[in-house]
Amino acid sequence: MTRPDLSKATAPVPADGRPVLEVDDLHVEFRTRSGVVHAVNGVSYSLTQGETLAILGESGSGKSVSAQAIMGILDSPPAVITGGGIWFEGTDLLTQPEEEQRKVRGPGISMIFQDALSSLNPVYSVGFQIGEMFRAHRGMSKKDARKRAIELMDRVRIPAAARRVDDFPHQFSGGMRQRVMIAMAIALDPRILIADEPTTALDVTVQAQVMDLLKDLQAETGMGLILITHDLGVVNEVADNVAVMYAGEIVERGTVDDVFTRPAHPYTDGLMSSVPQVEAKGGRLQPIVGQPPNLARIPSGCPFHPRCSRRRLGAEAAPGRECSTDVPPLRLVVPGREAACHYSEEVLGVRAQ
Amino acid sequence: MGRYVARRLLLTIPVLLGASFLIFAMVYALPGDPIRALGGDRPLSPAVVAQLREEFNLNDPLVVQYVKYLGDLIQGDLGTDFRGREVLDTISQRLPVTIKLTVVAILIETVIGIVAGVLAGIRRNGFLDNLVLVSSTIVVSVPILVLAFVGQYVLGLQFGWFPVSGINEGWYSYLLPGLVLAAGSLAYVARLTRTSVAENMRADYVRTARAKGLPRRTVILRHTLRNSLIPVVTFIGADIGTLMGGAIVTESVFNLPGVGRAIFDSVRAQEGAVVVGIVTLLVFFFVFFNLVVDVLYAVLDPRIRYD
Ligand SMILES: Nc1ncnc2c1ncn2[C@@H]1O[C@H](COP(=O)(O)OP(=O)(O)OP(=O)(O)O)[C@@H](O)[C@H]1O
Ligand code: SF4
Ligand SMILES: [Mg+2]
Repeated sequence: MTRPDLSKATAPVPADGRPVLEVDDLHVEFRTRSGVVHAVNGVSYSLTQGETLAILGESGSGKSVSAQAIMGILDSPPAVITGGGIWFEGTDLLTQPEEEQRKVRGPGISMIFQDALSSLNPVYSVGFQIGEMFRAHRGMSKKDARKRAIELMDRVRIPAAARRVDDFPHQFSGGMRQRVMIAMAIALDPRILIADEPTTALDVTVQAQVMDLLKDLQAETGMGLILITHDLGVVNEVADNVAVMYAGEIVERGTVDDVFTRPAHPYTDGLMSSVPQVEAKGGRLQPIVGQPPNLARIPSGCPFHPRCSRRRLGAEAAPGRECSTDVPPLRLVVPGREAACHYSEEVLGVRAQ
Repeated sequence: MGRYVARRLLLTIPVLLGASFLIFAMVYALPGDPIRALGGDRPLSPAVVAQLREEFNLNDPLVVQYVKYLGDLIQGDLGTDFRGREVLDTISQRLPVTIKLTVVAILIETVIGIVAGVLAGIRRNGFLDNLVLVSSTIVVSVPILVLAFVGQYVLGLQFGWFPVSGINEGWYSYLLPGLVLAAGSLAYVARLTRTSVAENMRADYVRTARAKGLPRRTVILRHTLRNSLIPVVTFIGADIGTLMGGAIVTESVFNLPGVGRAIFDSVRAQEGAVVVGIVTLLVFFFVFFNLVVDVLYAVLDPRIRYD
């Protein structure tokens, strides 16, 4: 991938300090028997303390893979990180030995997953699994770890924590199980929590409770939150910034208010207009017209061009901005907003500078 | 759980009754006259034959014979063979041999099978994985009788590593027969472990374990192995009963004086009481270990509940 990358120069770094996490031009591919799948192609973003960054994008756009690359839990093989850096508190994790990376998982960055039932080990009690964090990272005794597990279960508002600490995952409801996951993830006060579709598998009423819990915990601890979700209502409610992914790239980035009210990329525009009321709870991403890209054969030029209603091909295009041959870099379109489209200004309805 | 076990134990009664009757009927249906054969070259006098036939109820119809047998059984009397030896004595003398053989076989299949399977599963498509695949395919496709003779000939006679017959060298005598007896199950355990480990390595909760920053050792031993071994342990448990049955061939080839050998001899001599007694006992072991496995299953996997 030799696409020009301007994102580093233009990344919106909030005024209140250095970012805790900086993902820099990350590339991940899967080398499978049937070919190379380019799942992440030059993703960059940064996160400061207390910030909530939402990551949007249709299924297969590389949201989970980029998150797992940050966590260092990709299955390799087949996954290979082919380029980029993951800077956490000033060090590039990718250059660190595995043992150092491991020590970051938990106290530094932690993650919760969509399906809490399959993500918890069925043969150990929830208390044991939460307590493992203290035993592995703090060398705590089994007994003390169990005590801390009860405190954490209280903290994530699991009723009768002391009584339920020795229960097994299958004995909890979906919402309670996700709370167990959250308890485990925040056990060591991580600087960053990555939540990969934390509420997708839950009932609507429970979804709101779990999101409230996450927000409250973030307010208490000041951790940065990367929220991967399909729920535009949730993004609108809890996120500060949003990054929209398409074909393993970030195609638009800005504050939630800006991006939601005036998208600068035709793909984002399509996402927003496919939901009648973004503000409504449960407004979800709808599939937009056309086939999702084949990541083993990403289209030339702008990867979105086969589906884009605004594309300009051949003579229609401005010089150097032919949608099927010229790659649109992620660039600053208006202050605080980046998009990877040759014609973002038109999408925004403002004139090109 | 207690009620479940009680119910299962009660269920073994009809199973044992049915099994013993079937075996009884099969021995009954064997061609030839056991009493006549008893005399060997010097035929017994007709009077003796008649007396023996009467004594062993051989003139009664099948069902009557069986009911009389059961009647004795309830009083703890397993009967005698045609030479007047108590079947119970035969069993108590020979069972230890079969148990030793089975223990050796189970140990071999458990230790080698699990270690090979785990190593193969952790590195899928690696050298060891392919070795396990090829060798287990060969072992599974060769009948145990062939395996027994080949093992006896090559390892016992050619190389002289193991005794080829009898139990005169203590536990060492059981090693080769145990290996032969275990071979099929060993291959299966290795494959089962391999598949189970490989599958579990990709499980969501293993990914979680890595995301928690647990050391690799813990991720594999605690979060992959424990879950992977559930099907393996249950297979091995159930296999105990099967192996005891499989001892018939192994004990005959290696000339071990166990219950398997006794069955072999008794079937040829049409010693109904001996065959029925021993086979029913083996069926009991089989049913019993299956029950143990089901209980074990609930202990290993908290999601399983019996009531
Ligand atoms: N183990 C794998 N082998 C091959 N390809 C993979 C593997 N895991 C993921 N991919 C590919 O990576 C791409 C990105 O997957 P990812 O899980 O990041 O999507 P996502 O954006 O999280 O989608 P969703 O919204 O469905 O969760 C997918 O198109 C998929 O084909
Ligand atoms: S660059 Fe062209 S094809 Fe790509 S989004 Fe913009 S207009 Fe559409
Ligand atoms: Mg995903």
